[in-house]
Amino acid sequence: MIARWLGMPVAAAAGAARLDLTMGLVHALMLVLFLGWGGFFVYTLVRFRAGRHPRADYAGARSKVSTWIEIAVAVAEGLLLVGLSIPAWASRVSGLPPEHEAVVVRVVAEQFAWNIHYPGPDGVFGTTRPELVSPSNPTGLDRTSPHAADDVVTVNQLHLPVDRPVIVQLSTKDVIHSFSVPNFRVKQDAIPGLMIPVWFVPNRLGQYDLVCAQLCGLGHYRMRGTVTVETPEAFDAWIRTREATR
Amino acid sequence: MEIPYSTTARPDTGVTNSKLGIWLFLASEVMLFGSLFSAYVLLRVGAPSWPHGWAIMNVPLGALNTAVLITSSVTMVLAWVALKERDLSRYWLWMGFTVLLGVMFLSIKAFEYADKFQQGLYPSTNTFMGLYFTLTGLHALHVAAGVVVNTWLLGAGFTMWERDPDRLTHRVEAAGLYWHFVDIVWIVLFPLLYLL
Amino acid sequence: MTTQSSDAHAAVPPFWRRTLFSTDHKVIGIQYAITAMVFLLVGFFLMMLMRWQLAYPGRPIPLVGGLLGATRAPGGIMLPEFYNQLGAMHGTIMIFLGVVPLAVGGFGNYLVPLQIGAPDMAFPRLNLASYWAFAAGGVVMIASFFAPGGAASSGWTSYPPLADIATTGQTFWLAGMVLLITSSLLGSINFITTIVQLRAPGLSFMRLPFFVWSQLVTSFLLLLAFPPLEAAAVLQLMDRVAGTSFYLPSGLVVGGKAMAVAGGGSPLLWQHLFWFLAHPEVYVLILPAMGIVAEIIANSSRKPLWGYRLMVYSVVFLGFMSFLVWAHHMFLTGMGTTMSAFFQTTTMIISIPSVVVLSSLVVSLWGGAIRFTTPALFALAFLPMFGIGGLTGLPLGLAATDIHLHDTYYVIGHFHYVVAPGTIFALFAGVYYWFPKATGRMMNARLGAIHFWGSFVTMNLIFMPMFIQGLAGMNRRLYDAGVQDPHLQGLQPWSVLQGWSAWALGVFQLVFIVNVFWSLRKGSRVDANPWQATTLEWAATSSPPPHGNFAVIPTVRRGPYEYSVPGAPADFTPQNAI
Ligand code: HEA
Ligand code: HEA
Ligand code: CUA
Ligand SMILES: [Cu+2]
Repeated sequence: MIARWLGMPVAAAAGAARLDLTMGLVHALMLVLFLGWGGFFVYTLVRFRAGRHPRADYAGARSKVSTWIEIAVAVAEGLLLVGLSIPAWASRVSGLPPEHEAVVVRVVAEQFAWNIHYPGPDGVFGTTRPELVSPSNPTGLDRTSPHAADDVVTVNQLHLPVDRPVIVQLSTKDVIHSFSVPNFRVKQDAIPGLMIPVWFVPNRLGQYDLVCAQLCGLGHYRMRGTVTVETPEAFDAWIRTREATR
Repeated sequence: MEIPYSTTARPDTGVTNSKLGIWLFLASEVMLFGSLFSAYVLLRVGAPSWPHGWAIMNVPLGALNTAVLITSSVTMVLAWVALKERDLSRYWLWMGFTVLLGVMFLSIKAFEYADKFQQGLYPSTNTFMGLYFTLTGLHALHVAAGVVVNTWLLGAGFTMWERDPDRLTHRVEAAGLYWHFVDIVWIVLFPLLYLL
Repeated sequence: MTTQSSDAHAAVPPFWRRTLFSTDHKVIGIQYAITAMVFLLVGFFLMMLMRWQLAYPGRPIPLVGGLLGATRAPGGIMLPEFYNQLGAMHGTIMIFLGVVPLAVGGFGNYLVPLQIGAPDMAFPRLNLASYWAFAAGGVVMIASFFAPGGAASSGWTSYPPLADIATTGQTFWLAGMVLLITSSLLGSINFITTIVQLRAPGLSFMRLPFFVWSQLVTSFLLLLAFPPLEAAAVLQLMDRVAGTSFYLPSGLVVGGKAMAVAGGGSPLLWQHLFWFLAHPEVYVLILPAMGIVAEIIANSSRKPLWGYRLMVYSVVFLGFMSFLVWAHHMFLTGMGTTMSAFFQTTTMIISIPSVVVLSSLVVSLWGGAIRFTTPALFALAFLPMFGIGGLTGLPLGLAATDIHLHDTYYVIGHFHYVVAPGTIFALFAGVYYWFPKATGRMMNARLGAIHFWGSFVTMNLIFMPMFIQGLAGMNRRLYDAGVQDPHLQGLQPWSVLQGWSAWALGVFQLVFIVNVFWSLRKGSRVDANPWQATTLEWAATSSPPPHGNFAVIPTVRRGPYEYSVPGAPADFTPQNAI
């Protein structure tokens, strides 16, 4: 509901509600402050315009109300910070689910595409090596390495089963990109040289945009993929066809 | 109209304009080299392996250069004291030494650079060499600027002596503060790059 | 040179010496102001091109499209690489060549010595050098458009590795920045020394006009925050020119080819150094604006500023805190809980002094006799506009909500509210207010009102929809305004509205330019103190002030805003009145 009022895209992941609540509350605070001060401001301009109040009062306002308002603002910000934002962040960063309960998938960004790498049925990723990167092998997967045979690699097509935690291990081959799925309220920069885990629980069937949020060159605007959240059965079927067509 | 407090200190602040100016300048220089040192630390901590400076660098030459620069700081102070005591020939002597030692530092540095290039070591070789050339290069630019200023104070700038000896003394003092700063930067750089 | 004004030749230097190479702070201030306004206009023009592409993606640009050439806009249709150049250079030019030189180099230079009762800046020749370093930096920046591959295109933030592998324009950008940084350093040393050393007798720190305080804090920010960017720029230059890899980790594969560098560097090193500058830099953009607004509010409400002392403490605290919040631009770079908690907290803390300053300014109006002159209109509008910009900083400062908002148009909306209808309005207010001091003539009030209302309405039409776009998830720096993203369908009409508003905004700026030139020749003549103001630049010298500023150095006897003192003969009591 909050998302609707603020014009945010439909939430499609489990953690989104908490972020939307924070978003709603902080905007409510902003609105109250702006209308409060704005009302005072406009009233003052009308009441004390020179035409109506030709002789100014040297001492001006004597009330301490503004000090109390300032203290109230500080307290409200503190509550939002400690009550919502910091805990939400902590669960986002350190609340990673155990790997065996989650769908683990590697996402390797490049100018200007998302390479998606699933470990396949064995649940273990094959070795990747930068030297092997080529147009037909965008992640540099070494097919001869032990766990590589069943791995699935796709471009710009991220399929996920609904209601299961997902861990995306995010990295990039060239410059900084940013993995952003607005419907999940998920965004994370991909930093060269680092592999950063991102997790979420998609809870709504459908297709969502996966966009790049960090300027990465002339094709930044068209670096876009699709996230398909589907039933576990459909997901398994999809993975199997991908293995077959490899 | 004259700008006030260019030669005499303002009573309530207790400094002249140029003294305050040079200290502010040095504060910004501290931030400049401070950031570069932080970059050094960050890159080093993040690196899987890091070469030992002493295995690559010519430590005796570096130590000699350290001595040269410290000595020049001393001669710079002596030059300023001489000027304050209005002893011109002693000023020329010590300032001359300071300039000479500065040139000597730069020559040794140039020799070291040439030596590194000969061994095939360039800024692009690895992060350590990159930092070495960038940090010492920037420092050498500062030394060179100091040498130019000191030479000017010895020659062309000296015509100020007749008109306004106090002003010249203040300039020498300011140049001295700068020179000590350049010296201190080197005293940090030397262990960072040659010893650790 | 001021100190030689007794010399026979120096008495009447040739015209070019008096105008181009004068060491008089007033001349340098005006040079700065004019150059900076020209750059603002250039930045404005780049923005109008961008807004065309955003309103009508892929349609040939009317009028100028054909002039841009095949490497930028073949057939008048903008290329994505050119859009990125426009974005990066619009940001760079507006901030480093427009607002800072106008606010600090222009207003600061012109007004600080006058307001503190000094004959000139402490180091007049350094001042001249600072201007020319700035001008050289500007030339290099503009020249970069003609470099092979065009101007810098990696955003004004120049994040590596993208900036490391960008075309030659990026090297120009770095070289230009080094010159601009040098200029700012020279300037800030000069300002601090001048304010500390050259205050007139009786002018204690707590009697300084608030504008002078804002310049003092700004100068400290420039002095201490710019060197880290200089360090960062030197390292990036080395990466680009000498083949080092300070910002490049090992194993990069660009365009399908392994990069031939040693590696071992860190892309985040740049971001830390950059934002360590760039956050204080945003307060450099706002503090002088607050100073200008405070002067004009006191004058046009005819009463003292409410809570002057608290405002001074707030800006000093603001300046100090601004060094501790930089990583709130980097929440999504993979930051842990502790770091993010620290930077969220400092960010919330730093919002409080802004709230205090803004509240004090609003409360100052209470009990006044407010005159709605042109400068007052702009200064008053500054308050709610900065309010919107500042308030929208809060959801960005909370890391949880920043996840959704980071790198969207919400950020663009946030900071444009602060810099455009915020700072730019304050600067306009300052031009209208001090124009009579600098030229001896008033600006036309009717044209001024048209300029104000036109700019006010169109700016809000441009920037308000950005919050809607941002919340909907529309990213910034998008060449096609997101028209192809399924989740952004239905948003395009906003872009069209923004486009037309931007061009209308341009028309209202023409009114301003006409007003400036018209008033230079035809504006009504004024005496020394047309606004009946209290500070020294009005009360103690003519309009325009002579070389050396004051016939005799004034003695200050009271605070800066003694308006409507009970029992006083007039409703203003100048600082130097007996
Ligand atoms: C002058 C410039 C300026 C100013 C003053 C500010 C002020 C603030 N900024 Fe902003 N900011 C920028 C310029 C500025 N910013 C720029 C340029 C960027 C983007 C850079 C880029 O990525 O390109 C940015 C980005 C930015 C981010 C990063 C967003 C992201 O990339 O995800 C954040 C996050 O914390 C932030 C926070 C804040 C905060 C908390 C303040 C606070 O200081 C604000 C405090 C003010 C208030 C809280 C207002 C108080 C209001 C009232 C009291 C109501 C009064 C009402 C009436 C009178 C009617 N800013
Ligand atoms: C001080 C900083 C500043 C200022 C004032 C402005 C002003 C404006 N900006 Fe800008 N902008 C930035 C700093 C600034 N901007 C930055 C840093 C970015 C990010 C870049 C990046 O992505 O890296 C950005 C990005 C940016 C974008 C986003 C591009 C994208 O992400 O793809 C847009 C889009 O609409 C935009 C629009 C505007 C508009 C409509 C104005 C208007 O408000 C313009 C108003 C200006 C004036 C009114 C001045 C007119 C001047 C005169 C009238 C002078 C008269 C002259 C004489 C008398 C000689 N800006
Ligand atoms: Cu990848 Cu933007
Ligand atoms: Cu910031």
